[in-house]
Amino acid sequence: MTAQTDVGYHALQHGRWRASEIAFWILALASAFLFPSRYLIMTDIVRLGLFALSLDLILGYAGIVSLGHAAFFGVGAYCAGLLALHGIVTEPVIALVVAGLVATAVGFLTSFLVIRGVDLTRLMVTLGIALLLEALAERFSNITGGTDGLQGIEMQPILGLFAFDMFGKVGFFYSLGVLFVLFLLARRVVYSPFGLSLRAIRNNPLRAAAIGIPVNRRLIAVYTLSAFYAGIAGALFTQTTALASLDVFSFERSADLMLVLVIGGTGYLYGGLIGAVVFKMLQEVFSTITPQYWQFWIGLVLVVIVLVGRARMHRWALWAPNLIIRQFGGRKAVVAVPESDPS
Amino acid sequence: MTTLFTILFDGVAYGMLLFVLACGLAVTLGLMNFVNLAHGAFAMTGGYVCAVLVNNSGWPFFAALPLAFVASALIGAVLERSLYRHLYNRSHLDQVLFSVGLVFMSVAAVDYIMGSSRIFIKLPAALEGQIDFFGVGIGRYRLMIIVICGLLTAGLQLVLARTRFGSRLRAAVDDPRAASGLGINVPQVFAFTFAFGCGLAGLGGALSAEILGLDPYFPLKFMIYFLIVVTVGGSSSITGPFLASLLLGIGDVAGKYYVPKLGPFVIYTIMIVILIWRPNGLFGRAAAR
Repeated sequence: MTAQTDVGYHALQHGRWRASEIAFWILALASAFLFPSRYLIMTDIVRLGLFALSLDLILGYAGIVSLGHAAFFGVGAYCAGLLALHGIVTEPVIALVVAGLVATAVGFLTSFLVIRGVDLTRLMVTLGIALLLEALAERFSNITGGTDGLQGIEMQPILGLFAFDMFGKVGFFYSLGVLFVLFLLARRVVYSPFGLSLRAIRNNPLRAAAIGIPVNRRLIAVYTLSAFYAGIAGALFTQTTALASLDVFSFERSADLMLVLVIGGTGYLYGGLIGAVVFKMLQEVFSTITPQYWQFWIGLVLVVIVLVGRARMHRWALWAPNLIIRQFGGRKAVVAVPESDPS
Repeated sequence: MTTLFTILFDGVAYGMLLFVLACGLAVTLGLMNFVNLAHGAFAMTGGYVCAVLVNNSGWPFFAALPLAFVASALIGAVLERSLYRHLYNRSHLDQVLFSVGLVFMSVAAVDYIMGSSRIFIKLPAALEGQIDFFGVGIGRYRLMIIVICGLLTAGLQLVLARTRFGSRLRAAVDDPRAASGLGINVPQVFAFTFAFGCGLAGLGGALSAEILGLDPYFPLKFMIYFLIVVTVGGSSSITGPFLASLLLGIGDVAGKYYVPKLGPFVIYTIMIVILIWRPNGLFGRAAAR
C-alpha cells in the first residue's frame, strides 16, 4: 500500500505545473503581440507543434516508430475540407472535432495492423498506410480533387462570431487555443496512471506485460489518441489555409515531422512544440539562403543530430538556460534532459 | 495470349531490375538489421554517373555500366567507413532519421548539380526496338536486363554458397561474436558487403533509367519498392528477395495493365496483408539479432 501511495505522490509531484511551463505559454501568447506581421508563419508553427505532439504521444511515450503519421493528418485535412466545401458542418470548431473523430476511427482501425510485429514491420506498415491513403485520394479525384486538391473552401466564422481574416490573426488565436486545450488534455493523459504504464511499455514491453499491463490494449488506445491529435492538426491546416491537396499525405511530411520531434526531443510534451519553433526558423533561414535547395540543409541537420547523439545535443542546448534558471529558481527548477528512447 | 506473355516478360524484367536494385538492401536491412532508407540514393548515383558518361563524355553504354557500379560502390564504402559504421548498434529511430537525412541531402544535391528534370541515357541502336519471338514482342532492352540480372543473381548465389567469402559473410551475419572469435574480420566483411550492395544498386540505377525513369526524386519514389522486396522476401537467403521482386514486378506490371485506375493501391494492400500475415516475410525466419 505504501509503495502505491508513494508512486501516486511522485506522479502528482511530476504533474505539477512548473514556473517554466507557465512562462512558456505566456511567451507563446505574447508572441502574437510581439510579431503582429508574422501571423501566418506562427500559425504554421502552432499547427506543426500540435502535429509533433501527436507523434510524441506514440513515439516518445509508447515507443512506436511511425513513418506514416501524415496519414491521419491527411484524413483530418480532407475531412475538414469536404465538410466545409459541401456545407455539411459549417461551424469550424464542430467541423474540427468531427474531422478529428474521423481520423480517430481510421487510427483505431489501423492500430491493429501496427501493434503487430517489430519495429521494422511497423515502419513498413505505417508507411504503407500513408501511401495507400495517398493513392486512394488520387484515385477518387472526383471527391478529393486529385492532384489539384480541394479548391474553393470558404470558412464560416468561428462560433459564428470571429471571421477568418486575411492576415491570419483569427486563425492564429484559434490554432493556439486548440493547441492549448489539446495540450492540457495530453498533459493530463501522460501524467495519469495510463501515461505511466505507456512509459513502462516503451522501456520494456515484456516486463510491462509481466507486471500486468495490457500492452496491446494500451498501445491501441494511445495510437488512436495520437490519430485524433494528428487529425485535428490536419483539420486546422485546411481551415487556416483553406486548402487541402495530396501532399498532406506525403512521405516528406512524415519525415519532417520526425525531424521536428527529434530537434525538440522525444518523451516530453514540450519537445514537439519547441521543435516546431526551431524547425520553422531553420526552414526560414535555409530557404532565404537557398530557396530551392533548403532540403539539403535540413537533411544535413538530421545527419548531424544523429551522429552527435540526440541526448548529448539536448544537454548542450539546455546548458545555458539551465545555468540561468539555476540562479533564480534553485536546482529543482532546472529543465531536465528529455529521456532518450530505448535502443 | 500474346499480351499475357508480354506482360509476364515485362514483369520479369522489371522484377529482376528491382532485385538488382534492392539486394544490397537485403543484406543491410535483412541481415545486418540496419534500416537504410537511403539505399535508393546509391542507385541514383549510379544512374547519374552512367548518364553523364554516356551523354556528355560519349562513352559507350556498356563501358559506362561497370563504372556506375564502381562509383556507387566507392561512395558506399566511404560512407560506410565514415558514417554508417557508427550507427549499427543504435536504435532504429536513429537509423531512420540518419538515412532520411541522407536521402534529403542527395535529392537536393542532385537537383542542384543535374537539374530537376528527368534524364535519359542514350542507348546504343542494338538495344532499341523489339524482337519477334513466336508472335510475342520482346523488347531488346528488357531482354538484356533479364540476361544481365539473371547472370548477376546466379553469380551472387554461387559466391554466397560456394566461396570462402560467402561462408564468412553468412557466419558474420548469423552470429557476429562467434564469427569474430573464429578470426573473421566482421567489420571488414560488412564494409565490403555494404559497398558491393551499393555498387549493385548503382548498376541497377543505370539500367533502370530507361524503365523507371531517373530524376532527383528517385530515392524517395522507389524507397517503398526496395523495402517491400526486402521485408516481403525475408532475409534468410537471396532467394526470398529474388522471388519477392519477381512477384512485385509481375504484380505491378499486370496491375498497371489490367486495373490501371487502382494504380499502386494493389501493391500496398498486398504488402500490408503479407506483413500482417507473416511479419518476418514470406520466405523469412526470425531476425538474426
